[in-house]
Amino acid sequence: MEWETVIGLEIHAQLATQSKIFSGASTAYGAEPNTQACAIDLGLPGVLPVLNREAARMAVMFGLAIGADVAHRSVFARKNYFYPDLPKGYQISQYELPVVQKGQLTIDLEDGTSKVIGITRAHLEEDAGKSLHEDFHGLSGIDLNRAGTPLLEIVSEPDLRSAKEAVAYMKKLHQMVVYLGICDGNMQEGSFRCDANISVRRKGDPKFGTRAEIKNLNSFRFVERAIEFEIERQIDLIESGGKVVQETRLYDPDQGETRSMRGKEEANDYRYFPDPDLLPLVLDDEFIAAARASLPELPDGKKQRFVEQYGLSSYDAGVLTASRELGDYYEATVAALGSEPKLCANWVMGDLAAFLNKDNRDIGQSPVSAVQLAGLLRRIQDQTISGKIAKEVFEALWAGEGDADAIIEKRGLKQITDTSAIEKVIDDVIAANPEQLAQYRAGKDKLFGFFVGQVMKLSKGKANPQQVNELLAEKLKG
Amino acid sequence: MNSSSPTAMHDKTIAQLSASLAAGEFSSEELTRVFLARIEQFNPGLNAFITVTAEPALAQARAADQRRRQGEAGPLAGVPIAHKDIFCTNGVRTSCGSRMLDRFIAPYDATVVEKLNAAGVVMLGKTNMDEFAMGSSNETSFYGPVRNPWDLDAVPGGSSGGSAAAVAARLTPGATGTDTGGSIRQPAALCGITGIKPTYGRVSRWGMIAYASSLDQGGPMARTAEDCALLLGAMAGFDPRDSTSVDRPVPDYVALLDQPLAGLKIGLPKEYFGEGLDSEVARVVEAAIAEYRKLGAETVDISLPNSQLAIPAYYVIAPAECSSNLARFDGVRYGHRCENPKDLLDLYTRSRAEGFGAEVTRRILVGTFALSAGYYDAYYLKAQQIRRLISDDFRRAFAQVDVIAGPTSPTVAFNIGEKVDDPITMYLSDIYTIAVNLAGLPGLSLPVGFVGQRPVGLQLIGNYFAEDRLLNVAHRYQQVTDWHQRVPAGF
Repeated sequence: MEWETVIGLEIHAQLATQSKIFSGASTAYGAEPNTQACAIDLGLPGVLPVLNREAARMAVMFGLAIGADVAHRSVFARKNYFYPDLPKGYQISQYELPVVQKGQLTIDLEDGTSKVIGITRAHLEEDAGKSLHEDFHGLSGIDLNRAGTPLLEIVSEPDLRSAKEAVAYMKKLHQMVVYLGICDGNMQEGSFRCDANISVRRKGDPKFGTRAEIKNLNSFRFVERAIEFEIERQIDLIESGGKVVQETRLYDPDQGETRSMRGKEEANDYRYFPDPDLLPLVLDDEFIAAARASLPELPDGKKQRFVEQYGLSSYDAGVLTASRELGDYYEATVAALGSEPKLCANWVMGDLAAFLNKDNRDIGQSPVSAVQLAGLLRRIQDQTISGKIAKEVFEALWAGEGDADAIIEKRGLKQITDTSAIEKVIDDVIAANPEQLAQYRAGKDKLFGFFVGQVMKLSKGKANPQQVNELLAEKLKG
Repeated sequence: MNSSSPTAMHDKTIAQLSASLAAGEFSSEELTRVFLARIEQFNPGLNAFITVTAEPALAQARAADQRRRQGEAGPLAGVPIAHKDIFCTNGVRTSCGSRMLDRFIAPYDATVVEKLNAAGVVMLGKTNMDEFAMGSSNETSFYGPVRNPWDLDAVPGGSSGGSAAAVAARLTPGATGTDTGGSIRQPAALCGITGIKPTYGRVSRWGMIAYASSLDQGGPMARTAEDCALLLGAMAGFDPRDSTSVDRPVPDYVALLDQPLAGLKIGLPKEYFGEGLDSEVARVVEAAIAEYRKLGAETVDISLPNSQLAIPAYYVIAPAECSSNLARFDGVRYGHRCENPKDLLDLYTRSRAEGFGAEVTRRILVGTFALSAGYYDAYYLKAQQIRRLISDDFRRAFAQVDVIAGPTSPTVAFNIGEKVDDPITMYLSDIYTIAVNLAGLPGLSLPVGFVGQRPVGLQLIGNYFAEDRLLNVAHRYQQVTDWHQRVPAGF
């Protein structure tokens, strides 16, 4: 039996505003419990919400970036349910009329093709607080610091057909919101998290199967594993004569499985209705135009430009535009060097990336600036040092030993290009290896490499390789 | 009133007190002591106050006197008032008439409180009210019913019954109230005082504990339109903390009180004079309208054809909103919490069942039902459509007339206990006031006579932001009549 998987994702991106969506309290992460919750966040009697304009602006930027309709009029609604970390007994969200409607995102698939994923809607809402179930001797603690933090809930169409596609979509969306500067993208702190709706159907069946929703997936790996597990679970269930029931499930990363959290019959009736404390969100053309003007260059456009402007491969351009900061770093390097964008790409994606990776740093935390890197590359370009020596210089740059020129000078790494000096080394090498010389002259051409190696060794790697080759070939001829 | 002897301090209107304070006839501290003494004397019989704040009141009075000595006193400086216990008052219990908030000390001031404080008023205390403003008789209060100073067997109306009774009994010259379906106007009518519910958005709702957010509006209650003008001028205005407050200048209501009424067109909706209206009340109201004709106004018969739909629409919308607004009272962060909850559900259900009275519980249940999946369209959505029809009725009417007049309530005050077991009859007490809230219009009630010893109120309804006109129309009437000067026997 051939099965097809149908996946839709609901992603909550925490908006990077300074203050909360309906109050002036700070949104900074990690403060002492309940120190960043004001009267509004606590839901005291008589308090009222006032929309944070910045949250609306960020939602609009997102809408424009995904080519969506930005609603000139959207409505905040109350989602009513009781929970101790939901202070008002309702969450302010958007229901019937969200601010962003009908957008799309193109993802790249492993086979090199791309696929357009529909985005049904994105709406503004407030986050709840946190319930802490440990360390309270059988009681629960409530931390309302997070209550009222602005979220953009981004709902995809059920267009995704595999866990890999789901992850590709989620990564692309993550890249987008971080590019836009509307979300810090920190998944460990919960700034970007995902609920996945998953169903399976027999290939060709026009009807969707019954779906299960997996809540609160906060890493790309978990999303992939949870979906894989869930697909298998559903297929096994159906093939063994069972039926998938509509329910909410939780992924347990330790066991690598999903477990039922609550069934459909236990689902809340949220009794949505328009929030009478908030007027409809009316966005005029001017506001939308200002948001449009503040849009940065978006990932797809930047990638395309890198291919055209710098002659990079699509793959390289993709890597270098993975984040805005990396792209900026690359472009700063090219600008400082003034030429050879491919050389720059190789170094940024090669040695620099490896070092960053090893130290678990972002490009923003690189100890080697773009200008410093360009300074190093310039010395490769003008043959002051070889590519090999450059690796040593880079290590010193990373260690903070100063600029490339100073390091080259201090360590005496300048390449030897003086013909007579190189000839002297070659002569010494030939004199020291009469046997190899005889063999070479008898036709054993492979020994050429041996001589090059000896020359480089004796010159401590500083002899210009190209000159070594030329001069050595001449001398060996005899 | 004996005109040969000087008027007692407690019999003076706010305008008169303001003049006396300015003239140095007495200090705010002396005045405050007079009212505190009257509260001590009469409140046990009336139950108009839930909390009396004697010490802070005297401190405010002394501060006002100080300001006056420094020449910084405005017209309300040193004038005592009382706040309905629905307005949050920093450091003072704010109970909303409910066991749920019996021990709740508000950590901040409502905008209305803040603005009146800035104007220099002295807060005597917090007045009794129907629990969470849900009621028309003040009988749903956790603190017990308020008695009507005109007849101690009668209710004062509700929900701002404590404020109305306190003003009528001269325990305070003025008070704040809130009006969701008639809660300022109906008790004003039943207690023979003047009260105005402003246009929705005119007065900030920040710090005013929500009952039905799209209908709630704060306003002043006093003996005269002039006093209401003084108080409203200080209470009204845009508040960035309330998204539904309107950014529009506040007119000088006092300066506009004396405009002549010649040519004024008063609309008389036939639906407000039909079945259900007590014939004695009708006679008093018609006499008041005749007085207006004498003042030069012209009356026009009009129709508000959807009037009969107002109560059913209101009793869907208000409970729906309240079911959500009151969800925050869950025993988790503040307010009543049951003893020894065995789990979360027990904490919620027992805290709420113990903390809320019967009428509040009824409205939460009705509202929860109305918003439920499968019922939303039939109830909430339909009610909102009716709301639009009602607004349209008024819009058409105001194309023809300047103000609309009619009875505030179909009967005079009824007896305590008379309607508590019959919510529908109780709800009908607000039949003429509720539509005004649904449309968001301003409405005023002024005393225009009596049936027996119980007062009758005339309701004036204005177009959006026509508070100045309503106060003016009421004031001109009060210049030629003395109903507003009558004092209940024994007070």
